[in-house]
Amino acid sequence: MLSTKLKLNVAAVSAVVALAVTSGSALAQKKYDTGATDTEIKIGNIMPYSGPASAYGVIGKMEEAYFKMINEQGGINGRKINFISYDDGYSPPKAVEQARKLVESDEVLLVFGPLGTPSNSAIEKYMNAKKVPQLFVATGATKFGDYKDFPWTMGWQPPYQSESRVYAAHLLKATPNAKIGILYQNDDFGKDMLKGLKDGLGAKAASMIIAEESYEVSEPTIDSHVVNIKAKGADVYFSFTTPKFAAQSLKKVAELGWKPVYYQSNVGASVGSVLKPAGFENSQNIYSAAYAKDGADPQWDTDEGMKKFYAFLAKYAPDANKADGSVVYGYGQAQTMVAVLKAAGDNLTRENIMKQAASLKDFTPDTLLPGVKINTSATDFYPIQQLQIMQFKGEKYELQGPIIDGQLTN
Amino acid sequence: MSTVQDAVVKPAGSQAQSKKTMTFGLVATLIVFAALVITPLFVKNFIIFQMTTVLIYALAILALNILTGGSGQFSLGQSAFYAVGAYTAAIMMEHMNINYALTLPAAGIICFIFGFLFGFPALRLSGVYLALATFALAVAMPQLLKLHVFEYWTGGVQGLVVNKPDAPFGLKMSQDMYLYYFTLFVSAVIYMLAVNLLRSRSGRALMAIRDNPIAASAMGIDLPLYKTLAFGVTAGFTGIAGALGAIVVQFVAPDSFTIQLAIALFLGMVVGGVGWLPGSLVGAAFIVFVPNVAEGVSKGLSGAVFGVFLIAVIFLVPHGARQVAYYLEHIIKKLAKA
Repeated sequence: MLSTKLKLNVAAVSAVVALAVTSGSALAQKKYDTGATDTEIKIGNIMPYSGPASAYGVIGKMEEAYFKMINEQGGINGRKINFISYDDGYSPPKAVEQARKLVESDEVLLVFGPLGTPSNSAIEKYMNAKKVPQLFVATGATKFGDYKDFPWTMGWQPPYQSESRVYAAHLLKATPNAKIGILYQNDDFGKDMLKGLKDGLGAKAASMIIAEESYEVSEPTIDSHVVNIKAKGADVYFSFTTPKFAAQSLKKVAELGWKPVYYQSNVGASVGSVLKPAGFENSQNIYSAAYAKDGADPQWDTDEGMKKFYAFLAKYAPDANKADGSVVYGYGQAQTMVAVLKAAGDNLTRENIMKQAASLKDFTPDTLLPGVKINTSATDFYPIQQLQIMQFKGEKYELQGPIIDGQLTN
Repeated sequence: MSTVQDAVVKPAGSQAQSKKTMTFGLVATLIVFAALVITPLFVKNFIIFQMTTVLIYALAILALNILTGGSGQFSLGQSAFYAVGAYTAAIMMEHMNINYALTLPAAGIICFIFGFLFGFPALRLSGVYLALATFALAVAMPQLLKLHVFEYWTGGVQGLVVNKPDAPFGLKMSQDMYLYYFTLFVSAVIYMLAVNLLRSRSGRALMAIRDNPIAASAMGIDLPLYKTLAFGVTAGFTGIAGALGAIVVQFVAPDSFTIQLAIALFLGMVVGGVGWLPGSLVGAAFIVFVPNVAEGVSKGLSGAVFGVFLIAVIFLVPHGARQVAYYLEHIIKKLAKA
C-alpha cells in the first residue's frame, strides 16, 4: 500500500519534471527567420507618401505611431518593432524596387500593409517567390486572398465582392422585386463590385438587373450613363463609383428628379469628400456599408475601443484628423499586425507568421464596428468580411440592422 | 527658335557643340564600361537590380538626348513610347510566348513607327509647342492603356505580370545578374549605334537643323524627313528601354507610365548634360537614387528635399554632369603637364 503510494508519487513527480523539461525546452526553442532577433522585429512597409494617392500616406504614419506606442509599452514579447516604411509614389516599378530593398537590403521579417492594387500586384509574385509574408495589403481587390496560388499574400479590409454581397443581401430583404440599374467604374474595383452583387443575388440576378452601365475614369462626366439607367426604368440604383464620380452621380440623380433606392459603394461614400460637395440635400437616405467606426461620430465617445483610440491619438498622433478614415484604418491594421506577432510568440519564422495570420479567431480591433470580427483560416485569406448597412440621414450616417456576412466562398 | 530651346541646346557656353563633344574619349568610355562589367560581381542582388534600373533609364535618357541634344526638338512624351515598348514586350511574352530577347527588336520597331507617325504633326510645331503636344501624349497614354477595347491584351488596370527569364546555357548566375549583363549588352550596342549615328552624315544633318534650320535647309537638308526620323529613332530606343523595363520589373500597368516618368527622364537628361550622351548614365543614377536619399532625409518632405537637391545641381553645375566631366578633364590635363 505504502509502496504503491510511493510509486504513484514518484510517477507524479517524474511526470511533472518531464512536463517542466519539455515546456522549458519549448520556451527555450526560439526560432527566427531573417528580420527577427531576441530584441527586434523588422517590419517593412510601402506607402504612397508622394504622388497621386498621397492622401493615403496617413495610414503609414498612423501605423508608425501605433508601433511606437507598442514599443514604449515594452514591445511584443520583449522585442521592439522596427518599422521601415518607404515611399513608392503609387508607382508599380518603384514599389518593386522598394519591396526588394526591404527584403534584400533591410532584411525585414515581413512586409506589412503595402497600399494600392497596382503596387501590390507588382510585388505579389516577387514576395511569393521569396516566401516573405505580404500581410494585410491595403486594398479591397478580391484577387488578394488567393491562398492557393499566393500563399504568402493576405488582404485585410473587406474585399469589394464581400461589400456588394452585403448590399445584395440587404436588397433581397428590403425590396425583393427591385428593378436594378448599376453604374460601375470599368476597372478591377467596379468589376469586383459588380460580380459580388450578381453572386449575392444568385439566380435572381438576371431578371432583377435591367441596366448596367460602365464608365472610364478618363470620362469627364457620367451624366449620360445616369440618364440611360433612369430611362430603362430602374427603381434601385447602385453607384459603384470612386469619390469624384460618386458626387457627380448624386447630383445628377437629384437633378433628374429621380428617386430610386440608392446604394453607394463605401469607397465613394465619404461624408467629407463626396456627400458634402454633392450637397447633403441630394444625399438623403442613400445606403452604404461600413465595417469600421467613424472616428468623428460622437456616438462612439463612450465606446471602450474608441476611448483607447482617442487616447492613442492624443498622445502619439495629436495632429491626426480623426474624421479621416485612413487614421482609423491604420490603427486597426497595425493592431491586427501586433496580434499576429504576439500569437507567433518566440517562433518568429515567416512560415509561422503566415500560420498565425491565418488562424485569427474572432479578433476585434478597437476600431471595428461592434459585431464585426476578424476571422481567417488556411482556406480563408480575407480577414474582414462583415459589414453593416448604413443610411445617410441629416448630416451623418445611421447604422441599420444587423451585421451582414459577405463571406466569399473559395 | 524660342528662347527656351536656345538656352537648352547651347549648354556648353563658349564651347561649340560638335560631334566630338557629344561623346566621351575612348579611354574614358572603356573605363566606365569596365566598371559596369565588374561591379555586379561584388554586390548584392538588390544593388544589381538597382543598377539594371539605372541602365534602363540611361537608355531612355540617351534616346531623349538624341532628340533634344541632337536635333534640338523637345519631348515630354517619352513615357508614352516607354509604355508602348513595355507593353509590346509584356504582351508578346505572356500572350504569344515569344522569347524575351526577341521582344526587344519588336518593341523598337513598333515604337519607331509610332514615333515616326507622331513626328509628322510634330513637324508643324517647334519649341515649347512641340513639348506640349508630346506632353498631351504622355498624359493620354495611361488612360489609353486602360481602354476596354484593348483590355484582353493589356489586362486593363490590373496590368500584366511577366515571367523573369533565367540565365541561358545553364549559366550559374542569378536571374538579376543575368538580366543586368543582358541589359548592359543591349545598352552598349545602342550607345554605339547612337554615337555612330551622330557622327554620320545624318547626325551632322540633325545638328545642322538644331543650330540653324534655315541654313540647314539651304544646304539641301530635308528638314521634315530628318526631324521625323529623329523622332522615330528616339521613340524606337525608348521602346527598347521600356521592353527591358517590363522584363526586369516583371510587371506592367498603366500607372507605371504616368507623366511623372516622362518628367523624370527629362530631368535626368538635364542633370546629365543636354546633348552629352555619357551624361545619360549620370542622369539615370540621379533619378533612381536621389529620391531615395531625399526620402531618407525626410519622409514627409521627400519631394521638397528632392527639389532642393535639384535646384542645387542646376545652380552649381547648370550644364550637368558634362560640366563636371570637363572640369575633371581639365584638371587631369593640368596634372599631366606638371
